[in-house]
Amino acid sequence: MSKFLLPLGAFALLAVVLAIGIKRAPEKSVIASAIIGKPAPQFTLPSLTDPSARVSTAALQGKPYVLNVWGTWCVECRVEHQSLLEVQRLGQVPIIGLNWKDDDAGALEWISQLGNPYAQIAVDKDGRTAIDWGVYGAPETFLIDAKGIVIHKHVGPMSLDIWKRDFEPRIASRKVNPT
Amino acid sequence: MMRAILGAVAITIVLFMRVPAAHAIDTTSIADPVLEERYLKLTHELRCMQCQNQSIADSPVGLASDLRREVHDMLLAGKSDDEIRDFMVARYGEFILFRPRFNARNMWLWFGPGVLLLVGLGIAIRVIRQRSALVAQDDQPLEEDAAR
Repeated sequence: MSKFLLPLGAFALLAVVLAIGIKRAPEKSVIASAIIGKPAPQFTLPSLTDPSARVSTAALQGKPYVLNVWGTWCVECRVEHQSLLEVQRLGQVPIIGLNWKDDDAGALEWISQLGNPYAQIAVDKDGRTAIDWGVYGAPETFLIDAKGIVIHKHVGPMSLDIWKRDFEPRIASRKVNPT
Repeated sequence: MMRAILGAVAITIVLFMRVPAAHAIDTTSIADPVLEERYLKLTHELRCMQCQNQSIADSPVGLASDLRREVHDMLLAGKSDDEIRDFMVARYGEFILFRPRFNARNMWLWFGPGVLLLVGLGIAIRVIRQRSALVAQDDQPLEEDAAR
């Protein structure tokens, strides 16, 4: 009997390790962001809606905000647009748009036709700011806390369900103890 | 005839030599051959995050060309290969490297097979020793077994 104990134990251990691996596999299909828990990459970029203004992360610091990366060429961005408008109506945090490698005229038309959920829209024409944020596909939505730390990133279209599940609790938990 | 064959061989060799440097997607070229070689090496070992089984050198998507531009600009700015890799890892994580770096988290992947081999060898040696000890004690003739 004891002869089989060791191989059986080894097999059980392997089974447990593999079971955990399989269980966790779906969440691994989304690549974890390297900038979570780090200070938000700084940028100062031209504003889409006001040619004389600039959008800068320095000016945003002190309050939590959301950075949403989008482009008119991005199909999924159209999918999530209504949800962004709904999130904006909740009025919890301002949504800052990062218009990624897009055409200004097209982007303005998009906003005027579909509505504008953004408090400000930064124009990232050459994609350098998106690289600093580790963006690999639009839409991506980052949550930045009052201290300017990136605390969450959602890849893919935003929905009200995702907002309530992943963003609201994080905003709420940061509000309790603002240091 | 001989000359024709030699010519064909020479052409074939030249054609194959061009392959590694061929720019199917990427049309960037750097005048300095040393930088050019480092550029090709780096762009082939960085993953395109949008189409994850291609390197940024092989991928036609916009992000890949943006990242190639970053590599190009950093090389010209005199950055080392490691500085460029660190730049990419800081933004996109270790996943962007096709050649994973050795660290505490993946250590067991590197050492695991060796450790398992040693454990296996140890068990095999023990079993073989026990068996040979049994053979030494076994003084019964084989015929007895056959007769039973």
